[in-house]
Amino acid sequence: MDVEITLRVDGTEHRLIVDTRTTLLDALRERLGNTSPKKGCDHGQCGACTLLIDGRRALSCLALAVAHQGADLVTAAGLADGDGGGLHPLQRSFIAHDAFQCGYCTPGQIVSAAGMLAEAEAGWPSAVSKDPGATDVVLDDEEIAERMSGNLCRCAAYANIVPAIAEVAHR
Amino acid sequence: MKPFRYERADDVSSAVTAVAEEPDAAFLAGGTNLVDLMRLEVATPEVLIDVRRLTSDRIEELPDGALRIGAAVPNSDLAADHRVRRRYPMLSQAILSGASGQLRNLATTGGNLLQRTRCAYFQNVTTPCNKRQPGSGCSALEGYQRDLAILGSSPACVATHPSDMAVALAALDAVVTVRGPGAERRIPVTELHRLPGDAPERDTVLERGELITGVELPPPPHLTASRYRKVRDRASFAFALVSVAAALDVADGTVRDVRIALGGVAHKPWRATAAETALRGAPATRESFRGAAAAELAPARPLPGNAFKVPLARNTIVSVLLELVQERR
Repeated sequence: MDVEITLRVDGTEHRLIVDTRTTLLDALRERLGNTSPKKGCDHGQCGACTLLIDGRRALSCLALAVAHQGADLVTAAGLADGDGGGLHPLQRSFIAHDAFQCGYCTPGQIVSAAGMLAEAEAGWPSAVSKDPGATDVVLDDEEIAERMSGNLCRCAAYANIVPAIAEVAHR
Repeated sequence: MKPFRYERADDVSSAVTAVAEEPDAAFLAGGTNLVDLMRLEVATPEVLIDVRRLTSDRIEELPDGALRIGAAVPNSDLAADHRVRRRYPMLSQAILSGASGQLRNLATTGGNLLQRTRCAYFQNVTTPCNKRQPGSGCSALEGYQRDLAILGSSPACVATHPSDMAVALAALDAVVTVRGPGAERRIPVTELHRLPGDAPERDTVLERGELITGVELPPPPHLTASRYRKVRDRASFAFALVSVAAALDVADGTVRDVRIALGGVAHKPWRATAAETALRGAPATRESFRGAAAAELAPARPLPGNAFKVPLARNTIVSVLLELVQERR
């Protein structure tokens, strides 16, 4: 069944006709040519497809495009454009810390980190937060690892990913 | 994925009617479990009725001090809500110990309760499974058993319920509000999910077309300390082998009141009523905690591949209760 939908992707509005089975991930990659989000497991277990959907990090492989009609989507490519044409601070930090090897998980890691920093800024607790009532979140390495646990890196670049995110978090 | 129609209802009652009248229709909320099951062709609905915008996405105070959580409240918002964090910390901890940040942002309160087992055979359409295909047999009885149930299982099914949130809700005596073709009804979370018996295809007592519209948390119990502890194979983003939600009230070294619920051990969130009964009025000591945990686990019928869960559950109960005694001092 085909349905006409509108999606805003990295600031540009797109009108497209999709089969109801199409996920946001497939709509972006296969229909709109935006290959920034990656297809890793396609089952919500790896985080490579992470987008900001209406400002929140979410998995585009489990989101049906038809159910997200009119959504505002931001990919890692869009994070770069959003900062005056230059790279996003997280992208610069990932390069500076050599926070990847093959790079396949990197766009998802970066979008997820951007969403995670906003959640911490809003005072959201995590499973390792010592005081669940605290409003100020201190993003130490344990907090960053827990909050980023939905993004797997099979090259195991975690030892550099955590410091790359920490540097931006502590600015 | 099989082709399907997608529809948005105008209101709850038309969504309920649509699913009640169409045998192969399903409600769609966050989709984090259903879309995956459709991709695996474990679920093959002909129509999806999107209810994500139909039920409330707000958390409201009720006059008696209870909290009403709309079914569409994302897991993230529920865990971060200051009233929940202050009054029901174990609920916030339970939600945060489940899934990942990206999933919790999409997943809803109602959907979390209705997520299906992650038993490997249920999710694999090439293997027999009584829950997926009634009467086809249970592959787990001769297969991989690490994640499976030790309490309340049947020869037909040894699957576990995967939710962390539901375990805390069971311990907190939460009530689910449900709209169906008939009148609205209220179901305690402890009675929402079923034991498998000879009908493991039915996870819950909900009838076709019934939609969860919200969850009500009664005013917090007079229990000064509470905690959710999850034991799993990796430190984060994994389902529970065993989890314990517990709240404890101790005075003069004696247990005045206690709530305990277990996750990862049964087809439903397991309220540990035998342990609670054994503990009320008992000394708040390691010895009585061990005795109460043993009483709860006495009916356990583990499989060879998950027998470790019996001592694991016992030790986790004891350690959480001891921590709660410490915390109160």
